[in-house]
Amino acid sequence: MDWAGILSESARQFVGIQAMYFAIAAIGLNIHFGFTGLLNFGHAGFLAVGAYGLGVTVFWLEWPWWVGIIVGLLASIVFALILGIPTLRLRADYLAIVTIAAAEIVRISVRTTALADVTGGSNGLNGFNRDFTALNPYNDSFLGFRPDQLWPLTVGWIIVLLSVGVTYLLMRSPWGRVLKAVREDEDAARALGKNAYSIKMQSLILGGIFGALAGMIWVLAQGSIQPSPQDFGAPKTFFIWVAMILGGTGRLWGPVIGSMIFSALLQFTDLTLRGAVSAGYIPEWLMDGVQVGQMRFILMGLGLMLLMVFRPQGIFGDRREMALDV
Amino acid sequence: MAGLFMFPASVGAQDETGFTGQINVRDGEGGKVPIEGIRFVVEDGSGVVGEGVTDADGVFFIPVPAGTYSIAVDVDSIPEGITLRNPDRPQLDDLDINDGQSRNVLFPLLGEGVVSTVGAGGDGLATRALRLAIDGIIFGLIIAMCSIGLSLIFGTTGLTNFAHGELVTVGALGALLFNSTGGFGIHIVLAAILAVLLAAAAGGVNEKFLWRPLRRRGTGLIAMLVISIGLSILGRYVLLYLAGGNRQKYEQFGTQTPFEIGPVSMVPRDLWIIGLSVVTLVLVALAVQRTKTGKAMRAVADNRDLAESSGIDVDRVILTVWVMGGGLAGFGGVLFGLNQGIRWDMGFELLLLMFAAVTLGGLGTAYGPLFGSLIVGLFINLSTLVVPPEVKNVGALLILVVILLVRPQGLFGQRERIG
Repeated sequence: MDWAGILSESARQFVGIQAMYFAIAAIGLNIHFGFTGLLNFGHAGFLAVGAYGLGVTVFWLEWPWWVGIIVGLLASIVFALILGIPTLRLRADYLAIVTIAAAEIVRISVRTTALADVTGGSNGLNGFNRDFTALNPYNDSFLGFRPDQLWPLTVGWIIVLLSVGVTYLLMRSPWGRVLKAVREDEDAARALGKNAYSIKMQSLILGGIFGALAGMIWVLAQGSIQPSPQDFGAPKTFFIWVAMILGGTGRLWGPVIGSMIFSALLQFTDLTLRGAVSAGYIPEWLMDGVQVGQMRFILMGLGLMLLMVFRPQGIFGDRREMALDV
Repeated sequence: MAGLFMFPASVGAQDETGFTGQINVRDGEGGKVPIEGIRFVVEDGSGVVGEGVTDADGVFFIPVPAGTYSIAVDVDSIPEGITLRNPDRPQLDDLDINDGQSRNVLFPLLGEGVVSTVGAGGDGLATRALRLAIDGIIFGLIIAMCSIGLSLIFGTTGLTNFAHGELVTVGALGALLFNSTGGFGIHIVLAAILAVLLAAAAGGVNEKFLWRPLRRRGTGLIAMLVISIGLSILGRYVLLYLAGGNRQKYEQFGTQTPFEIGPVSMVPRDLWIIGLSVVTLVLVALAVQRTKTGKAMRAVADNRDLAESSGIDVDRVILTVWVMGGGLAGFGGVLFGLNQGIRWDMGFELLLLMFAAVTLGGLGTAYGPLFGSLIVGLFINLSTLVVPPEVKNVGALLILVVILLVRPQGLFGQRERIG
């Protein structure tokens, strides 16, 4: 087995496309869950809403891509309102059920033939990133990333830094302290005259905007939108959850570091298993090429369980930040 | 005798990949009358990949990815008085579809005399609605069986169990393992009983080795909810790893001869599903209502501390709930598998509908899910009268959002349950 290749390939994933957009998405999820205690299990829906907002605007309306980005962000705000209005007054687990259902609604709806004229149906959309790639200043590869990958990576990591900055400023503002107060004890916050419903709604919108940004930069890097379950389905949401919890919920850098480690870890196990299967260390009857691809989901599920049982605060978290409960 | 033909159609989404066609009959004057409601099923080597029904213009379109398929016309759905010209060829095999190609398929039809009434349509809609309603009741009963455990587990422990769908899949896949010739080759009836026991055991193991220790450690409800999601993903993909990604069928599945009840025809399989699930649900209701354990269950669901202080062994009751819920979910899975084939993610697909049903009926109640499930099942199937079948589940999930908006405690829940 080519250990040097596996290690360098995995190391590159610390800063790869997946780590980058996971980080942005996880920052949003961290605002939802880490800072406010909202159980958003439909984050992939926010990614999809952002991606389609951009794709549809540019591909069908042929408007400039920055207009598409604004449309995507507006769409995510509308989506957050739709999710929040019925559920944020109720117990926390209702939001969980509704978000997971809403993300499924989005995923099923965008790929129906009835909407094929708008969303491209099951073929998805492509060619909406030409204006974006035309701005690419890179000509050479760097660290094994092609120029067309370096450009979205640069933009993406700048967004990550800006997002962390925005989160930092917001969370030390009075607004951020109310957010945490609502997370710790909603009744107490209400008794002090804070409008918990409105604060939770603002948090849902803000985190959703980060989710939409993540979806947009991801499809810009990818160059196409595929409405497959892997791209916008429930597994994507839970990958982001694991990345966030791994880094530490309720911590500023937790989601970023978690996404980096998680992406590298996924790549490492994937390549190691693949290498072991093709070298014959793992017999064919035990695992074949297709099953290697399934292993990452098995490990994700196991990882999520073990993390929540044994180290819910993640690597860098503070156990006190995780003390929330219904 | 009038000759009826299906004419290749130039309508539909032409740059979409899939099967298309238009069904017309010639009436007495030689004009074309479209036939609505004929159903087509597309399969690949592994199972059903899509289905479509002709609309008011007699047109159908079934989107599928590029590949090789067989397409079959559902003989039951052809209106009375019209027959296939080749009755022994209701299916066309080995049809290749390229990317971006919408392929026309041709099934020559014969009919006599009655043609003009077919085109009239009004009668056809009622019959179709009736058939869909029966499908809806079947589906609703299956959801009901799966979701009773979900609701009772929530009622007794407060856990929103996202891994409940996997108990459904364990039942269906377990029966497949016992039943298939590659497995043990046992007859489906016995295999189903073994599978229900397997799923019940899986529920018990869940409680005994995961949730009870976690409760003892004082793990919070939200942490447990996230853990159940982890378990759901783990279980689902382990099942995929073991069983493969194809839709499969039980050995004795076969094609059954339908019989007529009034205007609709049913296969005996569907009658069995209805009968078995109704009997099971009635037995469960009686058990919850009359037996000592059932009363204890309702007591724990109502007020755990009060139940404990009046001498009820809460841990035992919760274990019973898990075993019973697991067994019911497993049985629901077997019936769902009989109805629609078995797939590794069928449980997760059903889970969201179970949530919709349980929320509609009232989370934590014993009987709420039953009514919620029937409403969801009926709504999903009847909605295909107006929306494309591929988005039918969206309607059920929309009900979920609407019910939370107007009556969050559900139809049968008590107001103070909602915090």
